[in-house]
Amino acid sequence: MELVEAIILAVLAASTPLLIAAAGELVTERSGVLNLGVEGMMIVGAACGFAGAWLTGSIFIGALFGIVAGTMMSLVFALMALGLAVNQVATGLALTILGVGLSGLIGAGFVGERITPALHLYIPGLTEIPLVGRVLFGEDAFVCFSLALVVGVWWFLYRTRQGLILRACGDNHVSAHALGYPVLRIRTIAVMFGGACAGLAGAYLPLAYTPFFIPGMTAGRGWIALALVVFSSWRPGRLVVGAYLFGAVTILQLHAQGWGVGVPSQFMSALPYLATVFVLVLLSRARTGGSTAPAALGTVFVPDR
Amino acid sequence: MQLVLEKRAERSNTIALISPLIAIGLTILTMVILFAILGKNPLLALHAYFIAPLTDSYSLQEIAVKATPLVMIAIGLSLCYLANAWNIGAEGQFLIGAVAGSWIAVKTQGTDAGVWVLPVMLVLAAAAGALYALIPAICKVKFGASEILTSLMLVYVADLFLDYLVRGPWRDPHGFNFPTTAEFDPVATVPLLIEGGRLHLGSIIALLVVAAVAILLGRTIKGFEIRVVGAAPRAARFGGFNSNQLIILTFAVSGALAGVAGIIEVAGPIGHLQPGISPGYGFTAIIVAFLGRLNPLGILIAGLFLALTFIGGEQAQIAMKIPLDVTKVFQGILLFYVLACDSLILYRFKLVFPNRQVARGAG
Repeated sequence: MELVEAIILAVLAASTPLLIAAAGELVTERSGVLNLGVEGMMIVGAACGFAGAWLTGSIFIGALFGIVAGTMMSLVFALMALGLAVNQVATGLALTILGVGLSGLIGAGFVGERITPALHLYIPGLTEIPLVGRVLFGEDAFVCFSLALVVGVWWFLYRTRQGLILRACGDNHVSAHALGYPVLRIRTIAVMFGGACAGLAGAYLPLAYTPFFIPGMTAGRGWIALALVVFSSWRPGRLVVGAYLFGAVTILQLHAQGWGVGVPSQFMSALPYLATVFVLVLLSRARTGGSTAPAALGTVFVPDR
Repeated sequence: MQLVLEKRAERSNTIALISPLIAIGLTILTMVILFAILGKNPLLALHAYFIAPLTDSYSLQEIAVKATPLVMIAIGLSLCYLANAWNIGAEGQFLIGAVAGSWIAVKTQGTDAGVWVLPVMLVLAAAAGALYALIPAICKVKFGASEILTSLMLVYVADLFLDYLVRGPWRDPHGFNFPTTAEFDPVATVPLLIEGGRLHLGSIIALLVVAAVAILLGRTIKGFEIRVVGAAPRAARFGGFNSNQLIILTFAVSGALAGVAGIIEVAGPIGHLQPGISPGYGFTAIIVAFLGRLNPLGILIAGLFLALTFIGGEQAQIAMKIPLDVTKVFQGILLFYVLACDSLILYRFKLVFPNRQVARGAG
């Protein structure tokens, strides 16, 4: 039982950054914008988050730094892709290249430093619930928050008028514009939300996952988050399943390395990436009947006046 | 005040020509600000970046050496991007090409193998790079899986595979446990063009590739198909062009070119296989492709320019202690400006003041 609980807790921790970043990107993509810069926003969030926590000694302020950094990065993307109608794929790539450089520059002074990682929650009454208590209420606050975030995103997209308008922009921006909705403004807000989430997800890594900053520590998690959004068919509920599956693969390969399975460690480390390719193929294939992606995803929109 | 885009009646050819120059100018302006923030003298820094490398023969050769992989990869990528296929995993194809070619070099080490070794290495690297690029292409064509994500995931896989080989089966037994193969034999090494210099045969190969692709795009039906499929997919369908076939083709060609670039880098300037053989050539080549306007000659110039930033970055680090990451920031900002300026080709920027409706051009 102890071991099972330990593994579940490890999977939760590994999945949380994926879930937060993917939830943000899901909202962005639902508004019709494909922001491929998640990796770049995450890595800048990680550097700024660590810097914030190290300078102030507060994990909370560190997380805020991460959120602000991610949002600023996403604003650059919004200016380019929405303001100047530049190709979204190319802009997203540029954002990632820029982010990797910026994070190295910002984080250079903090390599080798340590902080006290985020404390684990202890809520009297809730944490002691057998079986689920420690899993749901015994991890750091980020884990709880990520689940709340997904519920919030679901509620917003499917239970509010604003969510409906946002989805309309993603499915047909011409119609949404004709109805008088400010498509570009709505998309900008969606992009900023995605950036804030990516920044927070990046900050989670040095604030809670490992208590130090190393350059390139996101290691492709931003890209996996993008794949997760495809995996989820743009539905928040399936995002949770996907994120925990990927977390499980990550933890599995780490443990397998520890057990000394007769497979070289590099092959085990490659598993999450190979799994991503495999899942993308499997899901895209199953979906031949018709795409579930937002119809206007990734297309340029210039309102006529 | 609001920024509004107004579509031009037709694309502006003047701006198409000068937009990369505007972008470079804006980037340099931004860098001056960044240097000032870092507390470095901007003029000295710019000199170290852009002028100093041009003043001695060694650095000039080094620029050509660095530009070689960038140009070769970017030429391949430009074919993909023209056909609207998004190969962003060139870094992985580069590594796999390096691994496949090195296989021959490692296996023939210390034997009396003849001059056939290097050509076989090049062919094998091209084949391996092409096959590796075909994985995302086939996943895209057969199953509709996003080639962007799959090609990128395979970069990490290739990196780990190379790491495994040089730490495991291919490690140099006399290498003091360093993760590297033994130095390649002379027959497995790309010959130098100038005795004692840095310039090697790979640069000539890169020039040949530029010429070949320029002919392919400008003078052949296939080149025309590639351009039409990307620019006007509907027209291409009416023309009976098979876009799936072109995705496969452009991915295979770009993978092969990246693979050859990989083995040339390993069998040339580096001389052995080790982790970290690429400072992100596969990603920088994306910038080269766009800065060169997806045009072979443009890419050649853009490749030389970005190679200059690599060399300049190293010199600025040595001379002024400017972190190497500044080079990456520089490259990222440059791509942003290039893309933004490209928008000017199709649109006019206008600032609109809602109250007075006074519009004036802002570009």
